[in-house]
Amino acid sequence: MRYLPLTPDDRAVMLMRIGARNIDALFADVPADRLLDAPPDLPRRKSEIEVERALSRMAAKNVAAGSVPFFVGAGAYKHHIPSTVDHLIQRSEFLTSYTPYQPEISQGTLQMLFEFQTQVAALTAMDVANASMYDGSTGCAEAVLMAHRVTRRKKTVLSGGLHPHYGEVVRTISAMAADDVTTLPPDIGAGEDILAKIDDSVSCVVVQSPDVFGNLRDLRPIAETCHVHGALLIAVFNEVVSLGLVEAPGAMGADIVVGEGQSIGNGLNFGGPYVGLFATRQKYIRQMPGRLAGETLDAEGRRGFVLTLSTREQHIRREKATSNICTNSGLCALAFSIHMTMLGEKGLRQLARVNHANAVKLADLLERTPNVEVLNESFFNEFTIRVKGDAADVIERMAAQGVLGGVPVSRLLPHAGLDDLIIVASSEVNTDDDRAALAAALQGVL
Amino acid sequence: MLNMQGRPTHVGEVATGERQTFTRNRALQMEEPLIFETGRFDVTGVDIDEPEKFTPRLGAHARKSGIGLPGLTEPETMRHYVRLSQKNYAIDAGLYPLGSCTMKHNPRLNEKMARLPGLGDIHPLQPQSTVQGALELIETMAHWLMVLTGMPAIAMSPKAGAHGEACGMMAIKAAIAARGEGATRNVVLVPDSAHGTNPATAALIGYHVRAIPAREDGTVSAEAVRDALGPDVAAIMLTNPNTCGLFEKEIVEIARAVHEAGGYFYCDGANFNAIVGKVRPGDLGIDAMHINLHKTFSTPHGGGGPGAGPVVLSQALAPFAPVPFVRRDGEKLAFVEHAEGTQSFGRMTAFHGQMGMFVRALTYAMSHGSDGLRQASEDAVLNANYIRACLADVMSQPFGDRPCMHEALFDDRWLKDSGITTLDFAKAMIDEGYHPMTMYFPLVVHGAMLIEPTESESKASLDLFIMTLRDLAMSVRDGDVARFSGAPYFAPRRRLDETRAARQPVLKWVKPVTVAEAAE
Repeated sequence: MRYLPLTPDDRAVMLMRIGARNIDALFADVPADRLLDAPPDLPRRKSEIEVERALSRMAAKNVAAGSVPFFVGAGAYKHHIPSTVDHLIQRSEFLTSYTPYQPEISQGTLQMLFEFQTQVAALTAMDVANASMYDGSTGCAEAVLMAHRVTRRKKTVLSGGLHPHYGEVVRTISAMAADDVTTLPPDIGAGEDILAKIDDSVSCVVVQSPDVFGNLRDLRPIAETCHVHGALLIAVFNEVVSLGLVEAPGAMGADIVVGEGQSIGNGLNFGGPYVGLFATRQKYIRQMPGRLAGETLDAEGRRGFVLTLSTREQHIRREKATSNICTNSGLCALAFSIHMTMLGEKGLRQLARVNHANAVKLADLLERTPNVEVLNESFFNEFTIRVKGDAADVIERMAAQGVLGGVPVSRLLPHAGLDDLIIVASSEVNTDDDRAALAAALQGVL
Repeated sequence: MLNMQGRPTHVGEVATGERQTFTRNRALQMEEPLIFETGRFDVTGVDIDEPEKFTPRLGAHARKSGIGLPGLTEPETMRHYVRLSQKNYAIDAGLYPLGSCTMKHNPRLNEKMARLPGLGDIHPLQPQSTVQGALELIETMAHWLMVLTGMPAIAMSPKAGAHGEACGMMAIKAAIAARGEGATRNVVLVPDSAHGTNPATAALIGYHVRAIPAREDGTVSAEAVRDALGPDVAAIMLTNPNTCGLFEKEIVEIARAVHEAGGYFYCDGANFNAIVGKVRPGDLGIDAMHINLHKTFSTPHGGGGPGAGPVVLSQALAPFAPVPFVRRDGEKLAFVEHAEGTQSFGRMTAFHGQMGMFVRALTYAMSHGSDGLRQASEDAVLNANYIRACLADVMSQPFGDRPCMHEALFDDRWLKDSGITTLDFAKAMIDEGYHPMTMYFPLVVHGAMLIEPTESESKASLDLFIMTLRDLAMSVRDGDVARFSGAPYFAPRRRLDETRAARQPVLKWVKPVTVAEAAE
C-alpha cells in the first residue's frame, strides 16, 4: 500500500524487538470476542487511477458554478480567487502543520494569524479579532453565548433579516441551556421594529446587514437602544466583500461582529470548509471564544508570536472554558489573509464596487423583465425578487435550462408563505451574457 | 583577452564562531516583516476593471469609515508567504509525533480530488437536482464510517471534533428529554484523563461535570463508573483508546453499567486511528462517537483546521440527529433540511458540513480500502510500541512496561533531580529537527510526554528518532543541562515569552507613533 512504509520484514523485526508474538498481542486489552479477524465489508485498496475515476464520476453528476450563468448566494458566494492563493495554501509547511503549539517552529502560522486578526479587525472596524471560527453561523452562536457571559443575561433577540440557518443554529444551542430566544418574523423589507423588543432583560440583539434578503441596515439606532438597556449588539454579515463599500459594523456601535469569510480566498465547497470571522471590543477579550495569536519577544529580544490568553480555552479551563472549540479554520483563514493581502484596501474597494455595479445592472434588467419585481430599496450584491409563480419550481426549471438563478426563499423558510421569492446574488464573475441568460430564462419559465 | 584565473574550488581557511548578519537573515532563514510594514495603500495584487458608470443603490449605507489595509503585488505576496511558510515545521518535513493529534501523511491525491470543479465549485443551496453526485459522495462517506464503526446512523454536518462532541451530546440531551427525564438527568461523567473539549462540551450543553478518577493502570474501572452512576446521570464521555494510549479494557462492562443506569455512552473518537478495521466501536456498546477526519482520515491539519467531525449514532439516538441529512428515494438523493415534523434536535451549522474534507477523507479511505485501513491501524500501533520498547530503559512509563495502542506515554520521573523539565526536553527535540510530542497531557500523568508516530513513518525514520531521544536522555544523565535549558538554539526563534504575551496582549498590528507625530 503506497502510504505505508513498513515492509513485512520490518514488521517482524519490530514485533520481535517489542517482544510480541504477533500484532494481535498488542491488542490484548481488546475483549477477545470483539476483535475482528478480517477487514470490514468494504471495497479493497485502489490505485490512484481507480480512485480518480470513482470521484470524477461523482463530480460529473454535479453542475459546477463556474460552468453556467450563476446567481446563487444566500450565505455563500462565487468569487474569483487569484491562483496565487491556492498555490500558497498548498505549501507543505502551511498545509501539513498542526495548531501552533510549539511557537519556535510555528512562526509562519502564528504571524499569519496575527496578520489575519489585524485584517479582520480593520475590515469590521473593531478592536480585536480572533484566529477564526468554523464558519459564520457557528460564530454567530458563539457570539450569543459570549454576550450571555458578558451581560450575565440569557435572552436573545434575532432580527427577521438574519439568515434563517444562522437563527436555527443559535436556537439549537440556546435550547440546550434553556436560554430564551425571540425570533422576529421574516423581514423582507427591513422594516421591522426591533427596538420595541429590547429591554433590560435582553442579553443581545442579532442583526444582519446586508441581511439575508440583501437589504442594508443602519445599525446605529439599534446599538444605541441596546446600550441604554445594557444589552450587546451582535452584527452579522454573510458577504464579507460588502465591507469594502458598506459602512462597517464597528463604526455603527456593534459590540460583537461575526460573519462568513468564505468570499475572500475560499471556494464554494458545497458549504464547507469556510471561515468564521469574529471581532469584538477590547474590553471583552477575555470572554472571547477561540484561538488568539499575540505578539511577544523571544529570549534574544526578537519579535515573535504565540497563541495567547489560552486560560479562556478548553485545554486549560475545561468545563469553565469560554467555548469548546479547538481545531478551527486555520487554512481557510490563511486563504482569506492571502487574498486580502493581494487586494489591499484599494483592491477590496474596487472588487466591492464591481460586485455592486453588477448587481445594480442585474436589478435594472430584472425590473424590466415581465412578472418579476425587485423588492429591495438598497442592496450590495444580492437582492430579492418576487416572481409570478412558485419560486422553487422556477429555479428548478431554469436549472434544467442550465441557469442557476438564485435561492428560493422557501428553501430556507419552507412554511413562511414566501413561496414566490428568490434571493439573487451577483458578483464580479457574472458577465452581461450571464445576466441576459438569467433574464431570458426567467421570462421563459414565467 | 580572457581572464583564466577561475574561481577558487578549495575551502581554504574558514573563520569559525558566531557571526551577525546585516539583514538578520541567516542564509535560507529569512526575517520577514508584517504585511502592514511593507504594504502600501495604493497597491493591489489583483487587477480589477473599474465598472462602467452606474447609480449606486446603497441607500445611506456607504462606508465612511476608513479600512486601513495595505496591499502587496503578486510577487511580493508570493515572497511574503513563502518566507513565512519556511518558519513552520510540517509533517511533510519530518516526524511530527504529537500524541492524540495523528499527524499522518496527507496524500496529495486528496487535494487533487477536492479541487475537481464538480466537487469544489458547487454551492450548498444549488437545486438538489444539480448536485446529485455531491449527495452521493456524502452518502458513500457516511456508509464507510458507519461500517467501520459498526454503527447504524451518522450525522455528517459537525465541523470538527469538538463540534461533533456537541452534536453527540445534544442528541443525548434530546433523547433524554423525549423520555421525560430532561429535568432530572443533568450530570455527565468525565474521566480526569479526558481531552479538555469533553468537559467544555458537557458544560456548553448545560450539563454538570462529575469527574471520574483514573485507576492506577491508566484506565477507567467499571467499578468507579458504577459508583458515580445514578438517576441524575445523562451520559459518560469516555475516550477510547484513551489519552494514556491504552484501550479501555472494561469498556463493554462500562457501557452496560451506563445503559442499565439509564444513561448514554459518548465515546471520544479522537484516537480511532488505533483501531480502524480491528474493532468496531458499535460492538463495544457506545451510543455516539465523533470521528476526526483530520486525524484518522488524513485530511490536512492546515495549521489548525479546517477539520471535520462526523458523529456515528446508535439506534436510540438516530432519530435526534441534526439536520441536514441525506435521504435516498430510489435513484434520487435529497437533503432533509428542516427539523419540523422530525425529532431532530435542530441545526448545527449553516450548510451541510465539511464537504471539502469529505472528499479528501473518502479519497483516502478508498485508496486504502478496508484491508489497507486495517493495516494502517496495525502499523500505527506497531510503530508506537516499537518506540516505547526502545526507550523503555531510559525513560519512565507511568503505567509500567506494557503494550500501548497508537501512542506511547512517558512521564517525567526519569528527569527527577536533573534540573530538566518536560518542556526543556521538548525544546531540545526541536534542535534535533523534530516536532516535540504532546507535552503535559494527559493531566493525570506528571510531566506527560505523549508520542504518536502514526503509521506513516518508516522503520529507518523511527530508528533515527529513537537514537536521537536516547542521545538526549544520555545528555540528561551526563548533566548537560544547557542542551535543554537554552533550547531551542537553532529554530527561527528562541523560546518565546508567553507570560508577556498574556499580561500585555497585543492581538493586532498597530501603527507605531513616529517621533514627529509624538512631538505634535
